Amino acid sequence: MTANRTNTWAIIVGGMLVALVLAFFVSRYASSSPDGLEKVAQDQGFIDTATEHATAESPLADYGVEGIDDEGLSTGLSGIIGVVVTFGIGVLIFAIFSNRKRPTDGEGDAAAAVTSSGPAS
Amino acid sequence: MHIPDGFVNAGVSAAAGVVSAGGIGYSLYKAKETLSEKLAPMAGLVAAFIFAVQMLNFPVAAGTSGHLLGGCLAAILVGPWAGAVAVAVVLLVQALLFADGGLTALGLNVLNMALIAGWGGYAIFRAIRAFLPANRGSIVAASGIAGMLSVVLASIGFVVEYAIGGNGGASVGTVFAAMVGTHFLIGIGEGIITALTVGVVLSVRPDMVYGAQDLVPSLELREGSAVAGGS
Repeated sequence: MTANRTNTWAIIVGGMLVALVLAFFVSRYASSSPDGLEKVAQDQGFIDTATEHATAESPLADYGVEGIDDEGLSTGLSGIIGVVVTFGIGVLIFAIFSNRKRPTDGEGDAAAAVTSSGPAS
Repeated sequence: MHIPDGFVNAGVSAAAGVVSAGGIGYSLYKAKETLSEKLAPMAGLVAAFIFAVQMLNFPVAAGTSGHLLGGCLAAILVGPWAGAVAVAVVLLVQALLFADGGLTALGLNVLNMALIAGWGGYAIFRAIRAFLPANRGSIVAASGIAGMLSVVLASIGFVVEYAIGGNGGASVGTVFAAMVGTHFLIGIGEGIITALTVGVVLSVRPDMVYGAQDLVPSLELREGSAVAGGS
């Protein structure tokens, strides 16, 4: 009866693999046209009010890794770094800001069952 | 949709920063109450996934592209509170490491993409669901429509900010028409990605879709407690 439940950790690992594949392989095929806001700013004549970005000197600026000439690879690697860093910060924040209280009543049994339904492997 | 520094003046940017800090602070407080521990890593995954998909600009019209904002998607998957925080994390990483979205404009971007698209999109999702039968198809459809409209809402957010403190002297009326028109098209892409992603998670683990909590059959829960009791 627990067979139809995919283990939570399997979801996390599977989801991260999807994110990493998108960030590494698919990102190189992304459109390089200006996005909606940039395009409107160009057409309406306020694009030049944008100032130099404070982190423009970042080695990852504009989704590339400084020093890697292959554009697709550079974009892809920056994407992997971004996905991993975002996941790390997210997990850290949500580990602190989530509900650790032991649930009570029937709800608690269900939650406990969910937790125990997928043994980590 | 990432606003660079300079489009909107410092005062309005700072005010948006205060509003966003308050909104994210409140979201953290609410996440602490409502996000179950088992969904915490899921919320981290949602942030990572949105970062990845935001890199994938798709063409929408001649010489224009768009990408997922993800605020509405995050809210449907992990709730409006954790969802807003997840998008704020993405925006913070993008501004600090990738020079995408200005630093002084971070408050504006969090306001538009995490709070307006996230909370507004989730409110639309709930409103649409109220008119539809409680099943998976309705949730996927409501996700798509809400995702689409969330982008239009976020673009209106920018227009309001530009109207109050925009630089460059463009006419607010034409900026409004251009922003809403373009983001209606980008919204179609957002709606498709939102509906697809919610549909996939629903089919694998419906109990992990916050916006579909009411669908998880109580039978399944009782079965679960029987297991817990028996072991």
